[in-house]
Amino acid sequence: MFGSLDLSQLQELWWGIISLLGGLFLFLTFVQGGQTLLMFGPVAENENERILVINSLGRKWELTFTTLVLLGGALFAAFPKFYATSFGGAYWVWVAILFTFILQAVSYEFRRKPGNLLGTRVYDFFLFINGSLGLLLIGAAIGTFFTGANFSLNAYNQVTWHHPLRGLEAAFDPFNVAMGLMLVFLARILGAMYLSNNIKVHNIHANCCMAAYKNMLLMMPCVFYIMYQLVTMQGFALSPETGLIWQQNYKYVYNLNHPMSTTIMFTGGFLLILWAVLIARYYGSRNSIWYAGIGTVMMGFHLFFIAGTNNTSFYPSKINMQDSLTIYNASSSHYTLTAMSYVALAVPLVLAYIIYVWRAMDAVQLSEDDLKDADLKKFY
Amino acid sequence: MLEQMDLTMVNWARAQFALTAMYHWLFVPLTLGLSFLLAFYETLYVKTGNEEWKRITKFWMGLFAINFAIGVATGIILEFEFGTNWSNYSWMVGDIFGAPLAIEGIFAFFLEATFFAVMFFGWDRVSKKFHLFSTWMVAVGSNLSALWILVANGWMQHPVGMRFNPDAARFEMQDIGAVIFSPVAVSKFAHATSSGFLLASLFVITISSWYLLKGRHQEMAKKSILVAAVFGLFSSAFVGFTGDEAAYTNAQLQPMKLAAFEGLYDGAAPAGLVAMGVMNHSKQPGDGQDPFLFEVKVPGLLSLLANRTPGSFVPGINDLIYGNESHGVMGVQEKMARGKIAVAQLANYKAAKKAGDPVGAQAALTAFNANQDYLGFGYLNRPEEAAPPVPLVFYSFHIMVAVGTLLPLICLLFLYFTYKDTIDRQKWLLGLGLTSVFLAHLAEQAGWVVAEVGRQPWAIQNLLPVTVARSNLTTATVQTTFFMFLVLFTTLLIAEIGIMVKQINHGPEEN
Repeated sequence: MFGSLDLSQLQELWWGIISLLGGLFLFLTFVQGGQTLLMFGPVAENENERILVINSLGRKWELTFTTLVLLGGALFAAFPKFYATSFGGAYWVWVAILFTFILQAVSYEFRRKPGNLLGTRVYDFFLFINGSLGLLLIGAAIGTFFTGANFSLNAYNQVTWHHPLRGLEAAFDPFNVAMGLMLVFLARILGAMYLSNNIKVHNIHANCCMAAYKNMLLMMPCVFYIMYQLVTMQGFALSPETGLIWQQNYKYVYNLNHPMSTTIMFTGGFLLILWAVLIARYYGSRNSIWYAGIGTVMMGFHLFFIAGTNNTSFYPSKINMQDSLTIYNASSSHYTLTAMSYVALAVPLVLAYIIYVWRAMDAVQLSEDDLKDADLKKFY
Repeated sequence: MLEQMDLTMVNWARAQFALTAMYHWLFVPLTLGLSFLLAFYETLYVKTGNEEWKRITKFWMGLFAINFAIGVATGIILEFEFGTNWSNYSWMVGDIFGAPLAIEGIFAFFLEATFFAVMFFGWDRVSKKFHLFSTWMVAVGSNLSALWILVANGWMQHPVGMRFNPDAARFEMQDIGAVIFSPVAVSKFAHATSSGFLLASLFVITISSWYLLKGRHQEMAKKSILVAAVFGLFSSAFVGFTGDEAAYTNAQLQPMKLAAFEGLYDGAAPAGLVAMGVMNHSKQPGDGQDPFLFEVKVPGLLSLLANRTPGSFVPGINDLIYGNESHGVMGVQEKMARGKIAVAQLANYKAAKKAGDPVGAQAALTAFNANQDYLGFGYLNRPEEAAPPVPLVFYSFHIMVAVGTLLPLICLLFLYFTYKDTIDRQKWLLGLGLTSVFLAHLAEQAGWVVAEVGRQPWAIQNLLPVTVARSNLTTATVQTTFFMFLVLFTTLLIAEIGIMVKQINHGPEEN
């Protein structure tokens, strides 16, 4: 089946899979958003509410974490030149991101346990750092898909980075900052909606609906700025005839319209998020997370998709344009992409059991009754 | 490429990877084994309806969760360190190496992550049978994760199922079946997981011994020991069998590693097995000095274990470095000469392609193909660089074997006295039991030193030395992150131990 596809079709298929994983990861950052709401929301007004919020998020954090790991693994398997160039080059930005995820991984389990060395507040701060700085830097890294990065490659594809901050400089580019802030506010919107869906406490619900609305107001300028930049900026285009990279005016306008459904789905995704916020704010909907979730996956998928399709460099080099990475020069071989495509057929099965378990576990919302009935020790 | 090498940076990058891997390997074996023990305990609860088994399951589950979290934290760094610290490696073998990592994510991590939530929080939210199913899925997921990462590691030790693409300057996969079912991958998976089961069994025995010595939670401790000792005993039999298999595959595929962990400098037929010894640290390959200050050797046994043929020749470090014509062993010097031709012809090929010279390119490619099996040797400066640090590998191997031999005995004694219901009176054994998990950790860490230090200087055996596999970073950069991770991991380890001690001291929930 996949073996009969030509290499470029497999490369496009795998960029689609990466884009889908990227969109799903953005949706699952509701965990990170919820973590920041815990400190600067506020959605929880007393200790019991805080415990419910952290326990609600604590049952999902591993899904986000695992999706990030899978995204890394998929990039390694499908586009190893990107993996080597970006991780080996933009060293500090990736180390900083990973650092925040290490902190997250232990914080849920350690935060309220006796003997945890650092105290609950420190672990809560770690969760805040992961939800804010971690996402801000991930946004900046995604931004470099459009703005480019300071690397060059030699004849053996070995990377040299040409900036002393080794990737952190991306966080000072206005477009990348806007991308990072958009991710942070989007995660907070999603986090608020998830919590209002998952916890049956009036205060939390009311606070979450308001938090989603306020964060939407903060996210809008970032979205508009990013859109303005995308439709006006030059893109790094690949000439299929010569194999050379050149700067093309309105490249992303072209990409958004080829196919036309890209614009429709991207805009539709944004409108779904807006709709979700409005029904939460004005009708108190507890199901807004599902609209916003679908909208986020649609928006995220197409954001990644336009970065790499239509003969576009998805990781442009600001140092030597011809070293820029495209899905055609950065991918694995035909054999590996074919083999991995068969493996990817298992993804629907994985999604199916995740959805089944999610529904089984969340059939009954968390409430203050859980605190009364259960042994507190088992809570995070 | 050679002129860019910074050996100091490479060593710091190796130290950082070793630090992360060794911390990771403190937690992962426990996860691998404890997840199955939880499944056993809960199965007994569901089968018998006895609430005591549920209480036991929940107690060990609490400790499992703490350990699991820090295992996850150190694991994410390992995956991404291949990119950050070993970017040339990531490009040169990413076509092969990336696949098992992605498969691990799809098949193992999601299974663990999804069912972990049910296992921990689902006691009152899902049916008893679905909860049990979830606990088993966590165990399966954890061990599937080990399978895929060890397939990747096995490929590094014994690269198969691929070819070198000179245009892309990288290795590309040709046969995923050969990668997955490589004998090294299979034996590594079997050995690493079974040793994890043994360690987890001893973890349970250690804590239960403490309760018995203190006269607390005695019923729970005895029941826990009974299951753990049986599991540990079966696992240790498997550890022994797979360890023998691992040594045999080493002898056939990585003879330098075998020679290093036996301290064998001069090959012999028959070759004796050094049961214990003190190495002469001034010994260098080819200097004629005795490698041992003291040794106890079993004559002929190494030939049998290494080749399964009594009296057969086992090459030593000197044979492998300088060659041994009478036994058909090609020396590193000759391999280096061929490797340097491969490196030069690869450069010629690329230059000819760039200059639009197809005849020159074809000639260079033909010469490259004739020597490409020795490509990695072309980056070595001296033949002696092909040997790992022998004393470290030798002592690690012997510590692993010595301690590993003691551990099944501990399981057997605990099983016997628990079966006789006199375990709480065997104070000497409970005292030994207290130390057992630390001994098991020592053996685990020593095992990884044997496996990973023993294959130095190779990132990919014979094809890619670590000096070429590295990223283009400054020494100061990697030093900084090394100490950042050292402080972070050590802090988290102290926190983990602190929490564990409190939880153990508190004991299981009362009925």
